[in-house]
Amino acid sequence: MTKPLVDIRDLSVTFSGERTVHAVNGLDLSLPPGEVLAILGESGSGKSVTLKTLLRLLPPRRTAISGMIAVDGVDVLSLSGRRLADYRGGTVSMVFQEPMLALDPVYSIGDQIAEAVMRHEGLGRRAAMERALDMLTRVRIPSPERRLKVFPHEMSGGMRQRAMIALALACRPKLLLADEPTTALDATVQIQILLLLRELQREFGMGVIFVTHDIGVAVEVADRIAVMYAGNVVETGTVAEVIRDARHPYTKGLLAANLHGAVKGARLEAIRGAPPALERPPEACSFAPRCDFADERCRTAPPPMIVPGPGRRVACVLADRLEAAE
Amino acid sequence: MLAYLLRRLVYVVPVALGVSLICFMLVHIAPGDPLVAVMPLDATAEQEAEMRAAYGFDKPLPVQFGLWVAKAATGDLGRSIATGRPVAGEVMTAVGNTLVLAAAASLIGFPLGLLFGFVAGYFRDTGVDRAVTALAITGVSVPNYWLGMVLVIVFSVTLGWLPAMGAGPGGSRDWGWDAEHLRYLVLPAVTLAVVPMGIVARTVRALVGDILSQEFVQALYAKGLMHGGVLRHVVRNAAPTALAVMGLQLGYLLGGSILIETVFNWPGTGFLLSNAIFQRDLPLLQGTILVLALFFVAVNLLVDLAQTVIDPRIKRT
Ligand SMILES: Nc1ncnc2c1ncn2[C@@H]1O[C@H](COP(=O)(O)OP(=O)(O)OP(=O)(O)O)[C@@H](O)[C@H]1O
Ligand code: SF4
Ligand SMILES: [Mg+2]
Repeated sequence: MTKPLVDIRDLSVTFSGERTVHAVNGLDLSLPPGEVLAILGESGSGKSVTLKTLLRLLPPRRTAISGMIAVDGVDVLSLSGRRLADYRGGTVSMVFQEPMLALDPVYSIGDQIAEAVMRHEGLGRRAAMERALDMLTRVRIPSPERRLKVFPHEMSGGMRQRAMIALALACRPKLLLADEPTTALDATVQIQILLLLRELQREFGMGVIFVTHDIGVAVEVADRIAVMYAGNVVETGTVAEVIRDARHPYTKGLLAANLHGAVKGARLEAIRGAPPALERPPEACSFAPRCDFADERCRTAPPPMIVPGPGRRVACVLADRLEAAE
Repeated sequence: MLAYLLRRLVYVVPVALGVSLICFMLVHIAPGDPLVAVMPLDATAEQEAEMRAAYGFDKPLPVQFGLWVAKAATGDLGRSIATGRPVAGEVMTAVGNTLVLAAAASLIGFPLGLLFGFVAGYFRDTGVDRAVTALAITGVSVPNYWLGMVLVIVFSVTLGWLPAMGAGPGGSRDWGWDAEHLRYLVLPAVTLAVVPMGIVARTVRALVGDILSQEFVQALYAKGLMHGGVLRHVVRNAAPTALAVMGLQLGYLLGGSILIETVFNWPGTGFLLSNAIFQRDLPLLQGTILVLALFFVAVNLLVDLAQTVIDPRIKRT
């Protein structure tokens, strides 16, 4: 197997402060170069925290991180100062959910893109602006010369997200993170943006990890799917494997609720019960209180990671048996 | 932009007229006869009428107002009842002195306020923040004439380092930016600077804290900027509001502080105003208030225009 672009092992993220939150608990995840991974999971399952940890964006004073993250051979958790800044936006960059909030309101689009280019590639302002123009063209923003000088509030939502993508890709990162990149947009615009992302991903050959609530979108755009629950990846595999041969009861519940007859674009919340509070690290299967198959083993120790095939993992005691039952 | 500028300038006219009307009326609504102060006690009815006519007080109010505005527009604000000198000259001299004081107080208060506010906002909820906030609150709440007197007792009376009174050699009419005059400026300027410093510091602290909590700051780190680069964005985002607050404070400073100018015997507009009030010197009072109010209008206009220039979110056409 080729060396993975992203390799996360036993990652735990705990927030301290008024409330202690064990947001991520022993998460393993890997992504081969040039592939697209969709992360699915209920609200609060730790999707955004995982992406932000990959960019080391969480407040350092209140966040304890343990485990290992390697991206393109870089030990991400040991980075600091200039090397961390070089990694951010250079090796890995991020498209945020709400471009209106993620772009600086008083800088022009061109300036914001050029700034990243100047920072990472040491280009002069003129050359950086050329790059910004080129990027705006690549994300198919009409009349890009004019848009260079425009401010975020002067664009439509779809155009802003295109500009955000142009900014994220300006320094040719090897990995792009996108946290619900289209949730804030109209349905028709959503599809355009997703197709654009897929196209640019192929063009640049980069890896993409994106969070979505829409299984249809995951199927359409991704190569692989990781399903998260209570700060852990409970099931992962290629899109075909996960959709056709889901083994974790949580994944099955999600698919049943969302693939058959569910409204497209609806959020993932059709499984009875609520996700656990994350005040303490899990000592058993976090899904047990909601699981129809739970037995004594599930309530006494965390479930083993079953590996039904290469690149395929399921965290459930029944994963083998469920396969047999199929 | 040019159209906007012109329109703003045109808007100033009714505002200025309204301001003059209020100045004019204020004085006429005030109880008491302004002529009492200058009239000989044994004046006959004839002499009194003569004097009234001389000052124009015999005409109906609207006519008085019209005449007053017409003359004011040509720079003639009448004569002081107390001294007989032209009001315009008196006011301009005082305005000059107040400008000196306001400029000095701004030069002390604004940079310190900006610096403190920035540091406190950037290091929010740390010891630095608490120290700055305590300082700012104290600065805003301590009565500044009291602070002025304390400073005088310490630095003039006890230590004898700085003069306590007046504007230095030449009195009210001969200001110069030399060491001898500057010594007289230190105490009143410092005293006057404390409140604007506190207000600017508090505003900027809140502003910076608010900006830092916005998502785009995280996005700036995400694209690889370091603290310095992010700080530049924070400054640019804070600038329009910080500027507006400083403009407003400058407006107040230009108005002159009656209390501080009185404590330090500084011959500015505040001092002039208090004299005019105590001597019931109507033309002087009207003229001074009018000039001050127009100053305020002008400063607001300038701040507004400057904001339009530096804040792309404001589109004024
Ligand atoms: N900076 C933070 N400080 C404290 N707790 C946090 C912080 N960020 C996230 N959390 C907590 O961590 C948990 C996981 O949050 P996260 O944002 O990753 O969820 P998510 O899967 O992205 O959900 P959603 O679908 O709603 O975006 C939540 O309980 C959240 O309250
Ligand atoms: S481990 Fe047990 S409780 Fe957890 S998902 Fe599997 S069957 Fe359900
Ligand atoms: Mg999220």
